[in-house]
Order: sequence, then structure tokens, then C-alpha cells
Amino acid sequence: MTKDTADSPTLLNSRQMASFAARGFLMLPGIVPGDLNDAFLADVGAADISNSDTPLSVYGRLLSDSTVPIVPAGQSLSSAYPPDSAIAKILQLPTVSGLIRSLVGSEPVFDHHFLHITFPPSYYERLADVPRSQHLHQDSTIDTRRAFDVQLMYYPHEVTREMGGTRYVPGSHLRVVSEAAIGRYQNVLGQQQVICPAGSILAVHHGIWHGGGANHSSDLRFMFKIRLQPGERQRRLWDDSDLTEDDFAQRAIFWTDIQARQDTIAAILMRPEPWFEADTGRLEFINRIALWRYLLGDDSFDADYWLTRLEREFSP
Amino acid sequence: MTQPRQRVLVLYLADSALDSKVVAWSRYDGTGHDEAMAGDQDSPPYATGLAALRDGWRLFQASTLAQHVSGDELRTGYLKYEFWFEQWPAQ
Repeated sequence: MTKDTADSPTLLNSRQMASFAARGFLMLPGIVPGDLNDAFLADVGAADISNSDTPLSVYGRLLSDSTVPIVPAGQSLSSAYPPDSAIAKILQLPTVSGLIRSLVGSEPVFDHHFLHITFPPSYYERLADVPRSQHLHQDSTIDTRRAFDVQLMYYPHEVTREMGGTRYVPGSHLRVVSEAAIGRYQNVLGQQQVICPAGSILAVHHGIWHGGGANHSSDLRFMFKIRLQPGERQRRLWDDSDLTEDDFAQRAIFWTDIQARQDTIAAILMRPEPWFEADTGRLEFINRIALWRYLLGDDSFDADYWLTRLEREFSP
Repeated sequence: MTQPRQRVLVLYLADSALDSKVVAWSRYDGTGHDEAMAGDQDSPPYATGLAALRDGWRLFQASTLAQHVSGDELRTGYLKYEFWFEQWPAQ
């Protein structure tokens, strides 16, 4: 994806939206121009952090001195940031504003933001400690909504493997769990770690299982997260003009056509993750279909007959 | 004489059979030799639970099969097939 500076939102297409419904994330690598990345880091006071700091002292100073505004939860995103701030300009980039509009509408509600700083080993040495990764967790608390919030994770500088970028489990977002209760799971087959160029944005469904990695580099790692709630019913907010009859048709199941298109909505929704259990992997498919029905506003949609089969019931 | 220290391996399998494939895993080492932490491995230490048995791990707990709650059968949550193994290596 190219960097952009124009004004009109670039909405997601239906393939991107279905992938988000199935996997719970979309990565937009390097979409924020370098001057805005530099301006953001200057706004938050990144250059003022020195090796004589401790993680606690850094946060204390940033919370009192940084230009990141204090924004009450529940207000409109459009009024959350000063128009001339770097973060406001980033949110107005066509790709970013189109991403937001496609997922949570044109007037999303600001939930919270936070500047995550992951410190390299030198900051822990005087504490006789070492960097440790964050336990796997789901943000907030038990959330049973079909509507979903989006968390934008913005990486203003390059994130290398050694820097321990955000770890996340694709396809975990529809599991209803209680925040850190999943901390017991150290590694999950298919887990991903963010490694990205400067100016990348990872958009995740609020339910994605994730955690910060340990920073083994010699540099600080920054990630700015903004949580947004939908300002309207999430129904076809993306550019759905690419939907065709193939995207609504049932496919043959089990005895299948190996030449069948792999880019239909059904094909995208039915792609398993490596960690899926044999039986609950099927429930994941069913829950993806239910979410896609909600997004389409069409309760007749199905993929591979999963819900139609269960709904074939007759009155006693 | 030093007290023996426990090493724990938790394997999450694809179904309730011990010879099904590992989909998630955790390590906790009371000896201090293995400083495991979240996200530190992309490949599991064993392909199946049975492979861990054959390598000398002792199974001491397995998750039970619980009947699904009526009205909530399609909801997913925690990983279902959790198997706890231990070793007591000589110090």
C-alpha cells in the first residue's frame, strides 16, 4: 500500500472486510509518511527519554509533559485531538480514515488511547531485572456483543524482530474469555509478531488475543493505541461494490472443486487457523458466518451450509 | 541435599485424544534452567501429547469433557484440551 496525503477516505473492499471478520485484524504497513511519524514522536516527547530513566519514571514524566491530550471516554473521535496535532493528521489520511469508517462508521466514539513503550534491557539492568513479554490477554473484560470496537495500533518507527512487536493470535477475536484468564497460554500455533516498517497501523477487533513482546534491541519501542467504538450500526460501511453472486452462493462441501475461486467471501471465511481445535474450529466458522451476516445485514448468508443445516428445524 | 525441582509442560491438543496434535503450549521450569515466557517459540516442543509421554514426561492432569451449556453451544472460549505433564530432574 502506498503512502497517501489526499483527503477522501479510501474504504476497505469486501475481501479486506471478510478477512477482518475471519481473522480479526488488518495490517496496513508503512502507510503513514515519515514526516508525520517524526512529528508524532516529537509530540509525545520520545527524544527526552534517556538511559538514566526507569520505565516508571518515563511514564510519570510523559503523563505530565507529553502533548498527547487527555480525552474523556465517550466523546466523538472527531473532537478528540487538536487539528494541528500529528495524530489528528494521521487519522485524516485517506487510508486511515477509510479504514476507520469501514469498521466503525463515520462518527466513531473515542474509548481510550495509550502510549505503549517497551524498554530495552539497559533500562532493567539497574533494577536487576530483564525484559519480559506480556502475558496473552484480551483487552477490557468479557464482551458478548456482536457489534465490535476497533483498536488501532500505530507503530511510528520501524519494528524489528528483536524489538518484540505486538504478538497476536489471528482468528482468536470471537472467543469470549475474561481478559488475562488466557495468560496461561504462552505460545499458540500460528501466532504472529508485528515486524513492520515505520508508519504501520495494525487494526484489530477488540477481542483479539494479544500481548507485548520483550524488547531485546538497544532501542525503545513505541506503539500508540486508540480504541474506537462504532457510532452506528455496523452494516455495509465498507465499499461493497465488489460483491458478486459468487459471494452469496453455497459451495459444494467435502467433495469439492479444487479449481474453485479462493477469493470468494466463503473461501475467506472458511480458511482455518493453525491453532483451531478439531471441533471448535467448526464453531469458529459458524461464528464468522454469524458476524458476516451482521455486517451484511443479511440473515440468509451462509458458507459451506454451516448455519443453514442447524436452522433446518420444523414446528413440533 | 538439594530438594528436587518440578518442571511443568502444558500442551493444548486439537481434540481429547492424547495423540492429537499440539495447538498451543506452555513451559514452567522450577529448576530455573528454562526462562520461558509468552511468545518465545513458534513451534511446539512436541507434535502430539503422546510424543511428550514417549520423551519421558509424566501426565498428571487432563481436562474433562464437559457437556455444553444449553443455549450456549456455539460460543467458543478457552482452549478445551489441556494436558499437564511434569518432570522431576535430578539436581
